[in-house]
Amino acid sequence: MSELTRLPAIELQGLLNAGEVSSVELVSAHLERMEQVEPTVKAFLHVSDHALDEAKAIDDKRAKGEELPATAGLPLAVKDVLCTSDMPTTSGSRILEGWVPPYDATVVRKYREAGMVALGKTNMDEFAMGSSTEHSGYHRTANPWDIERIPGGSGGGSAAAVSAFEAPLALGSDTGGSIRQPAAVTGSVGFKPTYGGVSRYGVIALASSLDQVGPVSRSVVDAALLHDVIAGHDPHDSTSIHKPWGSMLDAAVSASAEPDLKGVKLGRVKQLDTEDGFQPGVRQRFHELLELASSYGAEIVDIDAPHFDYAVAAYYLILPAEASSNLAKYDSVRFGLRVTPDGRATVEDVMAATREAGFGDEVKRRIILGTYALSAGYYDAFYGKAQKVRTLIQRDFSEAFSKVDALITPTAPTTAFKFGEQLDNPLTMWANDMTTIPANLAGVPGLALPMGLAPEDGLPVGAQLMAPAYEDQRLFSIGAALEALIVQRDGSHISSLVPEPGQPRAQVA
Amino acid sequence: MTEISHDQVKHLASLARIALTDAEVDRLTGELGAIVDAVDKIGEVAAPDVEPTSHPVPLGNVFRPDVVGDTLTTEQAMSGAPDHDGSRFRVTAILGEEQ
Repeated sequence: MSELTRLPAIELQGLLNAGEVSSVELVSAHLERMEQVEPTVKAFLHVSDHALDEAKAIDDKRAKGEELPATAGLPLAVKDVLCTSDMPTTSGSRILEGWVPPYDATVVRKYREAGMVALGKTNMDEFAMGSSTEHSGYHRTANPWDIERIPGGSGGGSAAAVSAFEAPLALGSDTGGSIRQPAAVTGSVGFKPTYGGVSRYGVIALASSLDQVGPVSRSVVDAALLHDVIAGHDPHDSTSIHKPWGSMLDAAVSASAEPDLKGVKLGRVKQLDTEDGFQPGVRQRFHELLELASSYGAEIVDIDAPHFDYAVAAYYLILPAEASSNLAKYDSVRFGLRVTPDGRATVEDVMAATREAGFGDEVKRRIILGTYALSAGYYDAFYGKAQKVRTLIQRDFSEAFSKVDALITPTAPTTAFKFGEQLDNPLTMWANDMTTIPANLAGVPGLALPMGLAPEDGLPVGAQLMAPAYEDQRLFSIGAALEALIVQRDGSHISSLVPEPGQPRAQVA
Repeated sequence: MTEISHDQVKHLASLARIALTDAEVDRLTGELGAIVDAVDKIGEVAAPDVEPTSHPVPLGNVFRPDVVGDTLTTEQAMSGAPDHDGSRFRVTAILGEEQ
């Protein structure tokens, strides 16, 4: 493997700007790496056939002395939920197989304007519904740490791609943890911005009051670098926030250089650190992280958030309700698959046959549940009450943030589980998101970073930080400091310990 | 255990325009009952005096000047359609025989 694929994006950016490496070299190195590991990892649904041309165009401009953004020439992987006018976009569903959108998502336009080069589109659970990427309509993606295990979901492709050194950076989307949970189980970093911080124009919608786009990477600093490229107001998205964000990269770089947590109050959420819901090794690493933070000046405060226990239940009413409405557009008329049943068929018969053939089991399950939750007679009992729980969870957050600067929890209750282990029981699968869902329901930002390997299975364990809405920068400061302290403690970054895909992983002391 | 009937799932599937197979209806009938039981716990805390939240951050109506922005051409809008005549999406019969 080329050394280039192992370097952080921030260093690659330095090399590009110093003229020590070309974008063509960088993109070639990653395409070669993909050729080598994709047969095993299968993180991508589509590989760009023009990435090298784009890289060459950037190199030519740089050679001519044109003024370019600092990020020009950096490669990245793009979750298939984002509309790209130059590559197929399916959201992991057969119903959109081969569809090439007539326009770019705003986030896509932004990385293009930043001169970044897309390597391809990454695999995901169909329409982002899932926690294992096993619900992709195409194929499953392996966790590079253990190819018999799930890479998380829905953004398992993006997380696996950065973890296996196929891309230094990737884009994800997070409705209930789809950026953060895959980051946790692959030893990478993922950030869900404040709701409205990043434009959703051209992002295939799952649940509109929850969806947010964000960066995936191997380090907090790299996540900050990509976040600075994609954040900001977009008139095409009426939920996008009018607010200058400040540089996340500056915050992360300075915190990383001199890691210190003096005076920082971190809240440990009691409901998300329990014996019955969490794997022992996850809790062990979590408590070690709290000790590490407190030895560098952080004050750890116990926080009671009683309504977090109701978050998964409320989420699985709100999400299916919104999804059943958002997915009504896949009706075989304007785009995607059309299946015409035999005999005399009306347009409604065609729609029903198309949706039967084009949607997978999980999508059907959630559409039926959402239709139920919204139907006459049940609306108040289910959707209406779920919205009240949302208020209660927001109040828990407000109460907590009156006492602490940020909340800290494990990102996921367990390490990566094996393929097939949870497919038969949707309720077990859904419980994986108990740690990440509260942030989506309240719209607050959440940062996931690796905090070690579990002693019992040697698999990565993640920590999650959450801050009040609009305080994204605070998370990058605290997160980068914690990351630097973990590297200092362990002697290496967790993401560098990943075995070659298919090889056994090291034993953990 | 919440009783969800086979016919209820069939009705939901017709509302959602998905031609589920009988096997799928059977499976979903069982699953939906279990799911509804699990999510029903929200009733323990969702008291009548709690205001519902539909959107995570407070936002009012967002207006923009009423001017034409960038729009798709007809060709672009048709580009992904399964069937069209160049300017209109083509579908099969809209009405069934009994209508």
